[in-house]
Parts: sequence; C-alpha cells; structure tokens
Amino acid sequence: MKTTEESYHLSNLKTLEAESIGIIREVAAEFENPVMLYSVGKDSSVMTHLAIKAFYPKKVPFPLLHIDTGYKFPEMYEFRDEYTKKNGLDLRVLRNEEALKRGVNPLSVGTVKCCADLKTKALLDSLKEGGYDAAFGGARRDEEKSRAKERIYSFRDKHGQWNPKNQKPELWNLFNSKIDQGESIRVFPLSNWTELDIWTYIYHENIDIVPLYFAKERPVIEKNGQLIPVYTDEYEDEVKDVMCRFRTLGCHYCTGAVRSEADTLEKIIEEMMVARHSERITRVIDHDQDSSMEQKKREGYF
Amino acid sequence: MSSESLIEQSQNIDLLRFATAGSVDDGKSTLIGRLLYDSKSIFEDQLNTIKTFSRTHRNQEIDYSLVTDGLKSEREQGITIDVAYRFFSTPKRRFIIADTPGHEQYTRNMATGASNASLALILIDARNGVVTQTKRHSFISSLLGIRNFVIAVNKMDLVDYSQEVFENIVNEFNAFADKLADESVYYIPISALEGDNVIERSENMPWYKGSTLLDYLENVNVSGGRNMNDLRFPVQYVNWGGGDDFRGYCGTIASGVVHKGDKIRVLPSGKTSKVSRIVTYDGDLDYAFAPMAVTLCLEDDIDISRGDMIAKADDIPAIAGSFEANIVWMDNTPMEIGKDYLIKHTTSVVKGNFEEVIHEFDPDDISMKSSQSLGLNSIGKAKVELKSPVFADLYSENRATGSFIVIDPHTNQTAAAGMVTKYKQVSPDKGCKSVKVRVISYPADKKEEAMAKYDRLSMHGTHCIYVDDDLLKETLRKGKSVDSDEYSEMIENLCKIVTRSGVSVVVCSDNFKS
Repeated sequence: MKTTEESYHLSNLKTLEAESIGIIREVAAEFENPVMLYSVGKDSSVMTHLAIKAFYPKKVPFPLLHIDTGYKFPEMYEFRDEYTKKNGLDLRVLRNEEALKRGVNPLSVGTVKCCADLKTKALLDSLKEGGYDAAFGGARRDEEKSRAKERIYSFRDKHGQWNPKNQKPELWNLFNSKIDQGESIRVFPLSNWTELDIWTYIYHENIDIVPLYFAKERPVIEKNGQLIPVYTDEYEDEVKDVMCRFRTLGCHYCTGAVRSEADTLEKIIEEMMVARHSERITRVIDHDQDSSMEQKKREGYF
Repeated sequence: MSSESLIEQSQNIDLLRFATAGSVDDGKSTLIGRLLYDSKSIFEDQLNTIKTFSRTHRNQEIDYSLVTDGLKSEREQGITIDVAYRFFSTPKRRFIIADTPGHEQYTRNMATGASNASLALILIDARNGVVTQTKRHSFISSLLGIRNFVIAVNKMDLVDYSQEVFENIVNEFNAFADKLADESVYYIPISALEGDNVIERSENMPWYKGSTLLDYLENVNVSGGRNMNDLRFPVQYVNWGGGDDFRGYCGTIASGVVHKGDKIRVLPSGKTSKVSRIVTYDGDLDYAFAPMAVTLCLEDDIDISRGDMIAKADDIPAIAGSFEANIVWMDNTPMEIGKDYLIKHTTSVVKGNFEEVIHEFDPDDISMKSSQSLGLNSIGKAKVELKSPVFADLYSENRATGSFIVIDPHTNQTAAAGMVTKYKQVSPDKGCKSVKVRVISYPADKKEEAMAKYDRLSMHGTHCIYVDDDLLKETLRKGKSVDSDEYSEMIENLCKIVTRSGVSVVVCSDNFKS
C-alpha cells in the first residue's frame, strides 16, 4: 500500500504540535474537571488553537478561564471576546473584586502585592471554587530560568503550591495523573516550544493574535528604561509617541513596549531571529527580587 | 536570504533531543552554557543577570554553568539537582537538551532525561577518566534505548591537551561499552571552559582530526529509535456526542504508519474493521505515521474505549498478562514484592505487582547479583504480574509499547520506570473478559447526577446504558407497578443481561437493591 512518494519525516513544528495535542487529549481523558487558563496573549492563542485541533470536529470539551486583573489593555478585552466567540469557546472570567474595590493597583500597593492579590489569589480562589482538578497553562520552558525545570504535569498541593524539590519523574510520554482529593495539577502543553516556534507557528497556521503585538505609534512614558504605555491619567511623566510593539502582554501598568518597526508577522519573526533580549525583560514583575518567578510559582502563581 | 525563506527554513528544520550526563564537577553545565552562549541562544538581559551573579558570588567574569542552574537552591549550592530543559538552534537543526544531574541520588532524573532522547552526550573529566557515574549513566542511557553516544572528554586544558590521556580514556570506555547493547560511540576531546572543539576547532589539539561537538550534533543521523513498521495506535480519547453521528478515536500513533482503507484489528475485542477516515483539523489524510496525533474513524461500529489498541489486522502486539522487565526504581520507598501497584502503559492503567526480582545490576561492570527488592536508584530485572492484560511489544523493538511507569497507589508517586524484555501472552478471550463492567446505582431523586455520570462515562469511551423509573414506566413496565419486589428483581435481571455483554449500567431508582 505504501507508495514511493510517502515521506515519514515530521518537521520541528509538526512534532511540537503533535506532542501538545497528545498532552491536551490525555488530560481531557484522565481528569474529571479540567480548565484552560486563557491569558489572551500569543501563547494562549496557540494553546487554544491546539485544543481546537485536538478535538476537531467536536468542540473543546472544557472551559477557558481568564483571570482578569481589571488592568489589561482595552485591545485585549476586545480581542478576547471576539476570539472566543468566533471559535465557539466557553469563556469564564474571574476577578478579585474585593481587592479591586479596595483600589489595589501597582501604583498604590507596589507590583508584588498587586500581583499577589489580583493574579495569584484570584487564580487560586477561582480554581478552588470551580473544583478544577487540572489547569492548562501556556508557560514555556525557555521563558524563564525556574520554568526550565518544570514538568509537563506539575503537581500542586491542597494549597495550590509548587515544591520544586518534590517533582515526580516524567518518563517517555507516560504522565502520572494520580492525585488525591483537593490536589490538582497544572499542565503545560507548550513546555517544549520556544518563542520563535510560537511565532513561526502563528505565521504558518494563520492564528489570530492581539494587534498590540504589531508595531504602531503609541503614547508611552519612559520609566527605568522601559516604555510603559499610557492608559491612565495617573502618570506625571512626559508622554511621547513612539513606534513600538509588545512582545508579551500583561497589565498595562506593568508591560513595557519595545521600540520596533515590525508591523507584520514576517517582520516580527525577522526581528525575533536577531533579538538579543528575552521577552520577559519587558515584564516589570520579573525583576522584583532575585528569583522572583520561582518565589511566585512556589506560592501558586502560574 | 529573504525573511520568507528564513521562515520557511525554520519551519522545515528537524528536532534533535539529547540528554547530557556525567558526574559532579566534570563541567557539564559549563559546556551547555558555552553551547548556548556561542550559538547566541542566551539573551542579553539573561546574560547580564548571570554576569552580575558571577562577579559577586563567583569572583569571575562569567560562569557559564549559571545559565543552566536555574533554581535558587542550586545556585546557592553550586550543583544541579533537577533535569533542566534547554533550547538552542542553528540554521541546520533545533535542539532540546535534557540537562541531567550528576549526583548518584538523582539517577532517576537521568532516566527521565534519557527516556525522550535519541542521543546521549556523556562528559568525562580528562583528569579522572571513566568513573562510576560515567558507567552508571551510560548504562541507564543504553537501557533506555539510546544508541548514539558522544563521549566528550572535557578539561583537556588541565592535562596539557595530551593525546595520550585522551586515547587512554577512549580505550577504557570502549572496554566498558562492549558490555552494553550495540552503540555507536563518538569521542571528542574538548575544553568547555576554553571553548576547544565545542564550536571552533581547537588549535591546541592538532592531533584530533574528528568533528567539533556542534558540527557532530548538527550532522549526526539519529533515524533509529522509532519503529516505523508496526502500527500501534493506543486509543486515547473517544470523540463523539453533541448531536451528530461522528465517532472518532483520538490518539498519537505510537509506531508505524496507517493508511485510509487499512484493515485493522482492535484489542482486546479482536474485532476487525477498516479505517474509513484519518481526520485532522487541516483536512483528512491518506496516511499518517508516528508520532502524529490524529483521529481515526472506522467503517464498522465496534465497541472501542480508551486503553484499547488499534493495530494492523495481521500484525498485533502481544496481549501480555505478565512480563519480565528492566526496572529503574525511583522512589524513596523500596519495591514491595506482592504489593498492588498501578502500571501505566500507553493509555491504559492496570493493577499489577512484582513477583520477584530476577537480578540487580551493578552498573560498575554491568554484572548481575541476586536481590530481594530494588531501592532508590537501583536497576534490576523483575517479574511483573498484571491483573488485566496490556498490549505490549518488547522495548528493544518498540519503545512506545514496551515502556511503562509504576505508580504507588498510596502515595501517588511515580515509583519506577520499566522496559519490557519478555512477555507471557494470555489468550485473547481472557483479554476480552478483563473489560471492567459495573452497575452504578443512584437513588431516584439524584436523576441529574446519574445522567451526568452516564454522560461522563460515555465521553470517556465506556460502553454503558442509562435506566430510570420513568424510562421503565414508558417501556418495559408500561401499565404495571414500579414499586414491588418483582420490579426490583426485573431491574436486577436487566442489569445481569446487559453486563454479560460487556456493557455497564447506570441505574437511577430506589427499587434497585444490590
């Protein structure tokens, strides 16, 4: 039956795609109540695209959960609602309303406390409330040093916390999904992707992303070497228009833009190939303290 | 080159996964740091953090090992305690490195790193030669099926770049490697610290005529590893429901190739059918091969659930009721003979126990000694009895269907990794009987829960029917009472008939007694 034209070679991107789809299906099969964390960014676009592929022609059999700090870019909210509707995804949005009522923001309480309240606490509370026993996240091992050692199935205790010294060995593609009541796992189907893989995949698959990733003249202020976009009238610094784009998307207070002319996917990928700064440099929160991401992860942050 | 062709190229390059191993302090982290640094895979801000730490804590300009030692406790202790995954690419290839720890107590992490690798890069300190850890790690890599080895003899700068020292180590390792399976071994003298023969050819070792490390990694042919002959498709997820009549079996092709129209056999039922469609989001395919993730549709409507195996009708795996396997014990709690463990093999989880340890290996010289049990980081061959059969091949012939993990049901720990070396078949009809059939009952006022349970079971591919008082009143009990002993007996008999055919029942009635 084999014809001579058949080739059994799978490219890097197709290999990564197959691996991720396998992980997503395995979780859907083995857990009672999975949920996919959706942050609206490019990695979330790729992760949801993979979930859609995994269950095609049926719908994705689990909901998406957006932990909304209330301070995301307006473009992100608009994209989120359109993207999830267009793809028939079941989106749930949760905020720490109590903290927002108290007026928590990075200018009033600092970035560490702000993240703890609006992200980590909101996440842990909503995972607990929803009774989710598995939560997908879009983190990649190439992103940050403590993530390089994260397993694909990352075990969390009853308090949602991570213990890097007590990680289960993970062999072949055989994942241990046994947990006790109240415990949960975080699952990272994009573990083995790099930032460049994400971009080339978006290009080849024609995946929708938030327009903020493309370069455009935007009003910003310069603060500690970072270009912070202006979406509030609280800043006293001088506002100027700069041709720039965002490499990652978080809250508008804490996400810096980079100077860039890349207004198409091709140009972004070209820029990536010569990039000399990792994408997380534009995240103000990573520089809070030495090993700040490891600390946040131990406490339950994604 | 235009950016479009650059993108095209980045799409088509292949992926090489390799594991690194060695003993403490032989400069493994430094070597990887160097590979990442020289291939421009470390970003400037990461580099600045590393440089600052190097100056303040190490009193040197740049300590390359800091690139890979990610966790805070490791940076403080200066050792690597967990597998770290590192990424770099060159125009020729994309690489994923599983950087595994050198300490003996982390042997399990070495096995983790090696399980998905197709090449092992083993470091030897030129001053110390082949040591116990070198042998242990080579042995584990070989046991896990790695057939391509690169032996990097490091710190050549500290032995005056001596050809004699290098050749002695080559001879010593060759003598050891003869005891392993058939390996291809390539030796390279390097200095990770100085950069000799890592990416640039060393001027200090003109006597060495072979490839530099990066050159070798970019060009080595590692086609071996995946079996492309025998189709094995472990059913992972049954995709159906939602109002249309689509029913597909999702899974990752573990080995081999499947074509539309192929005659297949499903285990454990043994029933045959033909592949009617190979469904993907990007359109139906005429054929698909390992390790693609696809959805298969069959011409006939047969009972298939998660954990079943689809293979070619005339080429099926063994229906194994017990096997002998090489075991790497990874848990602090030693193996307990006779205790029930969970065995995860492809997409099925079955109960099983260890009957006996046949022998334990001494990784120093791969000799065998007798042993009652295996403890943390020990490796041996053991007999495993399964409570229900799995569909297996020998690990040497098929990694995906010859491997399993052992889970301790009390602690949920992954206690061991196993590789099948021999199996005992059970007859196919015993295989069929092992399908677990259950009657799940709910009180009459829990109708919603009962229906949700039925939906969930069905979604997961369990064959079941749903019955409640209302349904029976409309059908079998039309015009008769539904509140009598005779009615209870009728439900019981109904369950008996249905379960005998291998179908589970969800009953929602107060009249169901047992």
